[in-house]
Amino acid sequence: MNAVAGGASGALRAPTGHGKKLEDRRTHDQSKRIIAGYGFWIFLISDIILFSAFFATYAVLTDSTAGGAGGRALFDLKSVGIETGCLLTSSLTCGLAAVGSRFRRSDLFQLAMAATFVLGAAFIALEVHEFARMVRAGNGPTRSAFLSAFFALIGCHGLHVSAGLLWLLTMMAQVRARGYRPEILRRILCFSLFWHTLDIVWIGLFSLVYLVGVAR
Amino acid sequence: MNEERDLAADDVAPGDEFEGAGSLGAAVRSYLVGFLLAIVLTAVSFYLARSTLVWEPSIPIALSVLAIAQMGVHLVFFLHITAGPDSVNNIMALAFGLLIVMLLVFGSLWIMANLDHNMLPMDQILNMQR
Repeated sequence: MNAVAGGASGALRAPTGHGKKLEDRRTHDQSKRIIAGYGFWIFLISDIILFSAFFATYAVLTDSTAGGAGGRALFDLKSVGIETGCLLTSSLTCGLAAVGSRFRRSDLFQLAMAATFVLGAAFIALEVHEFARMVRAGNGPTRSAFLSAFFALIGCHGLHVSAGLLWLLTMMAQVRARGYRPEILRRILCFSLFWHTLDIVWIGLFSLVYLVGVAR
Repeated sequence: MNEERDLAADDVAPGDEFEGAGSLGAAVRSYLVGFLLAIVLTAVSFYLARSTLVWEPSIPIALSVLAIAQMGVHLVFFLHITAGPDSVNNIMALAFGLLIVMLLVFGSLWIMANLDHNMLPMDQILNMQR
């Protein structure tokens, strides 16, 4: 985006005529982009606060296993490791997609978005598989307060990722159908913020829920 | 008109790079650097969780520190929330969010541990109800 704004300030500083109109248009798009990005950033921070409330509940209830299995017996670090790898790599491909849209490289954008979708879907599939395994073994969310808090916390993150996957497909289709219009570029900006933020939340979850749960 | 233009250009949307990364290669490289750092930190976390290398009670603290470091890497390299002058608003919003997060998490843990500490053991409560 800065490449666009920088070009406008260098070459098109003509005070009258078409140049001025074009520059106004670009300034307008740039400030709208900042407002949209900033507003969405504030929403994401409120989302982080939502997650921290779920996390506080979980942290308070970690030892309330009602005689059932605790984290050490239940968590499968191999599966969590693969999930983490998927989400981390999808954050990279999502960033590459944002770069692709900035430089109008549709091949890079569509390929990176498709990779992000595949990795995100793999993450969700593994998580659902883990949940199903735990529920089948009698360790569902109704077993203990610890497990209720665990399923609520991790499930909330999983729902966010699933919603992100739908949004991702929408963005691919919109770029394909309408091209890189300013409002679509704003949506891509918001989507990439959303996706990176979900990865940041997952860092907290895999470190403080799974790894600490197994280590203690 | 120039001033008006500069007002808008003075801020940067979260997620936008505001300097450098003028070419596609440079932008991609910045993401790759962040990805490598994140991979290293993740690998260390996973290794540490099951190792006997460090004093065991310190592991949760070490994992928390690594998690915070990795969140920092993601903020800088992926979200481009930096300490640069154009990013002040983004940083301020984040700092306020972190304040609330800390109050929520540590406040809950503190209050609930205190209540737990002051509560009679369950068998004594049952005896009192008899």
